[in-house]
Parts: sequence; structure tokens; C-alpha cells
Amino acid sequence: MKAEPDREAAREPAIEFQNAGYRLPNGRALLENVGIKVRRGETLVLLGRSGAGKTTALKLINRLLDPSDGEVLVEGKSTRTWDAISLRRHIGYVIQDIGLFPHLTVERNVSLVPRLEQWPVERTRARTDELLRLMGLEPDTFSKRYPHQLSGGQRQRVGIARALAVDPPILLMDEPFGSLDPLTTGELHKEFQQLQRRLQKAIVIVTHDVGESLLLATRIALLDAGKLTGIYTPKEFLVAQEPVAAAYVANFRMYEEAERKNEVH
Amino acid sequence: MKFIDFFIRHQREIVQATVEHIWLVGMAMLIAVAIGVPLGIIASRHPWLSKPILGGANIAETIPSLALFGFLLPVPWLGDRADRLVITALTLYALLPIIRNTTAGIAGVDSAVREAARGMGMTENQILFQVELPLSAPTILAGVRVATVLTIGIATIAAAVGAGGLGEFIFRGLAMVNDQLILAGAIPAAALALLADFGLSLLERRLRPARS
Repeated sequence: MKAEPDREAAREPAIEFQNAGYRLPNGRALLENVGIKVRRGETLVLLGRSGAGKTTALKLINRLLDPSDGEVLVEGKSTRTWDAISLRRHIGYVIQDIGLFPHLTVERNVSLVPRLEQWPVERTRARTDELLRLMGLEPDTFSKRYPHQLSGGQRQRVGIARALAVDPPILLMDEPFGSLDPLTTGELHKEFQQLQRRLQKAIVIVTHDVGESLLLATRIALLDAGKLTGIYTPKEFLVAQEPVAAAYVANFRMYEEAERKNEVH
Repeated sequence: MKFIDFFIRHQREIVQATVEHIWLVGMAMLIAVAIGVPLGIIASRHPWLSKPILGGANIAETIPSLALFGFLLPVPWLGDRADRLVITALTLYALLPIIRNTTAGIAGVDSAVREAARGMGMTENQILFQVELPLSAPTILAGVRVATVLTIGIATIAAAVGAGGLGEFIFRGLAMVNDQLILAGAIPAAALALLADFGLSLLERRLRPARS
């Protein structure tokens, strides 16, 4: 009985930007004429410099901002017609600097949305434990801790667990692996890939890291000064002729070169 | 030790005056918190209102206390009873630190936390009551502490309009040039202020989320 609508949902894009733009009240455009589709099971990376409009694009999806032009559709419905609160509870959100609530324990942080949705206590607890285990955090050890008692990587895991709490079909991540040491980042990248294979969500990640984009993305949407300069698969991206993409790749290659040069033969 | 004898002899009067004093300050603080915290929230929600709100509280703060009692005296219902009048005046004095700390506390909430709350689908009220107020509680309480200490001092002037309290001894002592009488009012008032300061700072520390 459940299979039918699921298959349908898989066919229709979970998120669709239709010529969407966002302008500040003073008229300055932060994002112009963007068209992107994201399906379930897909990880779209929004790549670009600071100020390119990546975070703005992300905020248009969960209606932290309303588009000034065009539309953003979530599950086929314009965000304007969604109730902002129910839209946001339908979408997991992991932000830069994590934004864990410092006055709540790990358990209360993770169970926040289920509690807002008034899940029964038992179900909430079971779900919280399940998510913490999923993220490699033993509930007995971590449930009662406060965010300041965690390492950066652990905090990030809690942030992801929290975003997954009510099993939303869509996950938005704003530089989720920034400000972590490279080893922790690598570990989380690996876990993220396994997670996405299992959960098959429509995921949008904002980053300025090319390596991260190539590793995690199904497709890479490159933003430059508020404009979409192209959408590429990782393979296409590496050979792209478009100047901005080529510049990113050239820069990325520089590090690869350094690695090759120092290799021991 | 004439002074201690004096204290013991007038024990009942001193205790009664202290109770009156606590009542005046306590009532004023309850009302001031009930008004000041919501005003602080309004000021932080609507920046254009924050100037008039803080400005108004600022003006109240600058009126000399004796003059304020005088201004309130002819006000119909307020002027009928001395304690009403004093509690109103003390409330006005207590408002500024409470309003100011409420807005400061809310403004001090990490914007990443607020944005996470919005992004997770919390309503404005849920953000206020479950995130912003708990996180600013220590700052608000610090304002309450300042206001309490302030009003304990000002409340000694309440005796000038016949509202009782520890100021009674001070005024009598001044009139009779009697140091012991003055101290009988001043020492308990100072002790009260210290006690309130200490108690509220303990509470404040417990509310402050531990950060490494």
C-alpha cells in the first residue's frame, strides 16, 4: 500500500527551483534566475565562494526566505503555499556552527522536533537512541551530556541526528563539515556516504570545498555571484570548460600535484 | 556594648521593620519582573519600540526618589496608601535594569542557535519560551539582582511618606541625632541587600549553562 506513493514521490523532484531569485529590500540580488531539480536519493552540492548565494538558495528551500522571483517547489508545491512551520518540520536542517541548544542535553536536542510534533514519550526515546546509535554515539554515554561536553565531531553528529529525527525526506546541510579537523571530516564524510545510501533522501549540501563536493555529490551546482553557472556530475565537473568551474578544478589539481610530487617511488 | 543592648531591646521593632521592608521590596520586585520582562521581550522583538521603552525606564530612573514619592502622592488610588505609593515608585526604579538585561539577554543568544530553532520549525513562541528565555535567564536574573539591591536601598526613604520599613529608624535617628537608631535601620538594610545579592547570584550561577 505504501509502495505506490513512494514510487511516485521518487519520480517527482523533491525540490525544484524554477527561475528562483532573491533580492534584498535595497534591490541587490543575492540570487538570480536559478533552476535546479533535486530528486530523492540524490545529493546536490551547492558549490561557490562566500557570498555566491549558496546559503540564500538553501534558505529558500525551507522558507527561511521567500523567493523574490520565480518559485521554489518542495514536493511539487510552491514554498509560498506551504505552511512555513510544517514545511520546516518536513525538512532536516544542519547548519554551520551546528546550532545545538547549549541549555539542552544531547537527548533533548535530538528529540526536539519529535517533541514539538508531540510524539509519545516512548517512541521519542526509542527514536533518539536509534539515531544516536546510527551516528555512532552510544546513548548510555552521550544522552545526558551537554553540547559543550562534546568534541566538534561529536557535536556535528548530534546535529545530523537531530536533523534526521522525524525522518524527513529532505535534508539541508550548510557547511556541515566545516571547522572540523581533516581526520574527523574524513570520518564523517565516509559515514555520510553510507548514511545516504541507506536513507535515500534528497540532500542539498552547501560547501566551498571542491574535494568534498566531488566525494559526496551526485551533482554539483556551481554558483557564482548569485548566478548558477552550471550543474555537473563530479565527472563532468573535472573536465568542465566553463571558466569558474575550470578555476575550481585547476585550484584543486594544484594540491593533487603537490601530492604527486612528494610521492615516494 | 551599648549598641548590641539597644538591638536586643528593640528586637521586635527591628524585626517588624525588616518584614515591612522585605514586603515593600518583594512586592515591587514581583510587579517589576511581571512588567519588565515582557517589556524587554517587546523591545527586543520590535526595535522601533526599544528606544521609547528603555527611554521611559531611564527617565523614571533619573527622578530623585523623594521627588518621585512627591509626584505620586496626588495620584488618586496610589496616593491613598503609603505602601501602595512606595511599591509603585520602587517598581519604577526596578524596571530599567530588568528591561535592559532582558533585551541584552535575548540579543546575546547565539544567532546560529536561533536560526537552527527557526529552521527546525519552531514557532516564534516556542523559540521565545524554549530557547531565548532559558538562555537569557542568567542575564535577566542579574538584572533582577541589581534591581533588588537598588530598591532595598531606596526603600529606606519610604519612611518619609509613612510606609514604614527600616527607614523608620534612620529618619528617627536623624531627627534625634541618635547614631544607634540610624544603625538600627542601616545595618539590617545593608545586610538585607547583601543577602539578596548573594542569594540571587547563587541562583544565577545555577541557571547559567555550564560552558567549558
